[in-house]
Amino acid sequence: MNAEPASAELYEVKGPSAVGGGWHRFFELLWLMSVTEFKKTFFGTVLGYVWSLMRPLLLFAVLLLVFTQVFKLGSEVAHYEVLLLFNIVLFGLFLEGTSGAVGSVVGQEGIVRKTQFPRLVIPLSVVLTALFTLGLNMIIVVIFMLAFGAPPLWTWLLFPLILVPLLVLVCALSMLLSALNVRFRDVAIIWTVVATALNYATPVIYPLQIIQNEALKHALMANPLAPLFQQAHLWLINDPKTESLITAAGGPLPLIAAALIYVGICVAGVWVFNREAPRIAEQL
Amino acid sequence: MTTPATAIVTASSSDAGFLSRIAPPTPVTYLPPLTPPAPSPAAIEVSGVEKTFRIPTQRVDSLKERLTTFSGGDYRELHALRDVSFEVERGEFFGIVGRNGSGKSTLLKILASIYAADAGRVRMAGRLAPFIELGVGFNNELTARENVELNGVMMGLTRRDARSRLGAVLEFAELEEFVDLKLKNYSSGMLVRLAFSVMIQSDAEILLIDEVLAVGDASFQQKCADVFYEIRDSDRTVVFVTHDMGAVEQYCHRAMLLHDGGITAIGDADEVARSYLRLNFEQAPSGGEADMGGVADITLSDVWLENGEGERITNVEKGSELRFGALLEAHRPVDGPSFGFAFTNADGVEVTGFGLGLSSEVPDRLEPGQQVRLGGEIENRLAPGRYVAKCWVHREHNFAKLVLHSPHVLDFVVYGKDGAGVVALDHEIKATVVGS
Repeated sequence: MNAEPASAELYEVKGPSAVGGGWHRFFELLWLMSVTEFKKTFFGTVLGYVWSLMRPLLLFAVLLLVFTQVFKLGSEVAHYEVLLLFNIVLFGLFLEGTSGAVGSVVGQEGIVRKTQFPRLVIPLSVVLTALFTLGLNMIIVVIFMLAFGAPPLWTWLLFPLILVPLLVLVCALSMLLSALNVRFRDVAIIWTVVATALNYATPVIYPLQIIQNEALKHALMANPLAPLFQQAHLWLINDPKTESLITAAGGPLPLIAAALIYVGICVAGVWVFNREAPRIAEQL
Repeated sequence: MTTPATAIVTASSSDAGFLSRIAPPTPVTYLPPLTPPAPSPAAIEVSGVEKTFRIPTQRVDSLKERLTTFSGGDYRELHALRDVSFEVERGEFFGIVGRNGSGKSTLLKILASIYAADAGRVRMAGRLAPFIELGVGFNNELTARENVELNGVMMGLTRRDARSRLGAVLEFAELEEFVDLKLKNYSSGMLVRLAFSVMIQSDAEILLIDEVLAVGDASFQQKCADVFYEIRDSDRTVVFVTHDMGAVEQYCHRAMLLHDGGITAIGDADEVARSYLRLNFEQAPSGGEADMGGVADITLSDVWLENGEGERITNVEKGSELRFGALLEAHRPVDGPSFGFAFTNADGVEVTGFGLGLSSEVPDRLEPGQQVRLGGEIENRLAPGRYVAKCWVHREHNFAKLVLHSPHVLDFVVYGKDGAGVVALDHEIKATVVGS
């Protein structure tokens, strides 16, 4: 158990940081922590996987009932049930990623305060776990889509073009929120409200074309999530009634705003987390 | 594996006759000599490290409060570390001692990259594994196998290395049979064994250890002690924070005493341990006001302890020169006064008592208003512990005629280690192997 001879070379210890300890270690830890968390949810209980599917499926069943039977949406929108399930699962990534990340750094206090640990791993592992869940849920969605007779389209292959920007946004938000939550503990509470609001401000449970108020529809497109979900809708189901991004936005302005907000969140996420990382342990 | 903690017995030659079998006696060495290794390159170099914590007088930890409070910048500064510079050589077992709040844990956390230093520079040579607490990051839902891997990666190993370490960790912890048991089903004893074992087997060149020594049952503790000796004599560098001066003297080549964020002493471990004890007790409140009451014929106006240099002290180090003094004032004539002192230990046992009567040193009669100064020296064989002194005065050299009895005039601590027993007697101890 003798250690190998230490390199006599002295190197500077820079103190805690977001990534500290090299990228290799960073990714190994990220992977290991996400897998661990994932295993815990899926193999920790008898019904594991079933339970994790229950939530989106139950939500789906309720919403489907409400919107097809009460609001009679089903007749107006082609393959509404497929769109609804897909959207719920996709928004699940956003919801699970951000809401899980908000309290993650505070929740992992023991690790943060007691060991040398790249801080960024903590919120990002939550996002990665959410991504695993999305992957599993997507299997069901695909089966469901085929079962309900949504014709397979080549544009389904473009799905990564939706997923990657969404994932980047979720990562940036999780960094921003988890770092802020260390300083201001009510960020987590505020975020549950904001996330619910975003759920309705994004065409998740309703298709954009049912909104009669044009100004409202255009304003909604300034929400960075809205163009992503609308584009997903366009690629998912071939329906001439689905409006293109520019039509829904009524001009380029809301889309430019969305892009700016998107970039702003990303920059803020990286900047705030980097700035807070060295001090996180002291503030817990 | 040699076990330096146990006796090293050198056998006498087998063909020796009866006489040579009993003489010369073979010495039994209990502790290996603490010779520091030859000067080696620095493993840790700390220069001018400062750390200040801002403690808000009114904590603002929510956005709501931040938005509704206008005086957000109200805080007081706590200087946890001021201009701390030192070096730890490669292969050294280096102790950091200090009272609570002296900054030693902060320093360790800066070394471990958990806190960022406000100023100064820390440099290291080699891979570092911090153990601020045993079993950090252990996940109860995971098995020992998974936890050992996770912990290894946290400490900077690659996953393969972390996995290959598993066998050694479990063997040391004696938990091979429980490798696939989830930690939540472990007993607390098993948990600490696993945690300690993970630390011991971490293979890092530099270990930072915060007060995690005696764990597990007696046999496991022995095993831990053995490993500590082994590490001490190996190439690995250890920085070890503790309150246990015995451990410092046992393991550390060198030590450092922190007080109020600065280095008060650094160097020889025994010396530093003594400084720590001295520091600890000098500041202890000397319990309660001396009882100056008594019979009004004579009063005690002052009573004190002195060291060899005649300086007043409140506590005394074991074995050091101990003098006492008292100032008495007579209010009525006292014929044939005699004086006495007695020291009682914390168990209520009167350890020693002595008096001064009928002799040329004592005046025959005290007149009202006259003051008497008593001074004396005690051969300090008091065992470490707390003591209370009482003082009395008789008249006419008669025990029945008490004019002053103050049961609680001094309250002091004798500090030092080896506190067993009532008195600390000079001793010499040998162990001799008899027969062959």
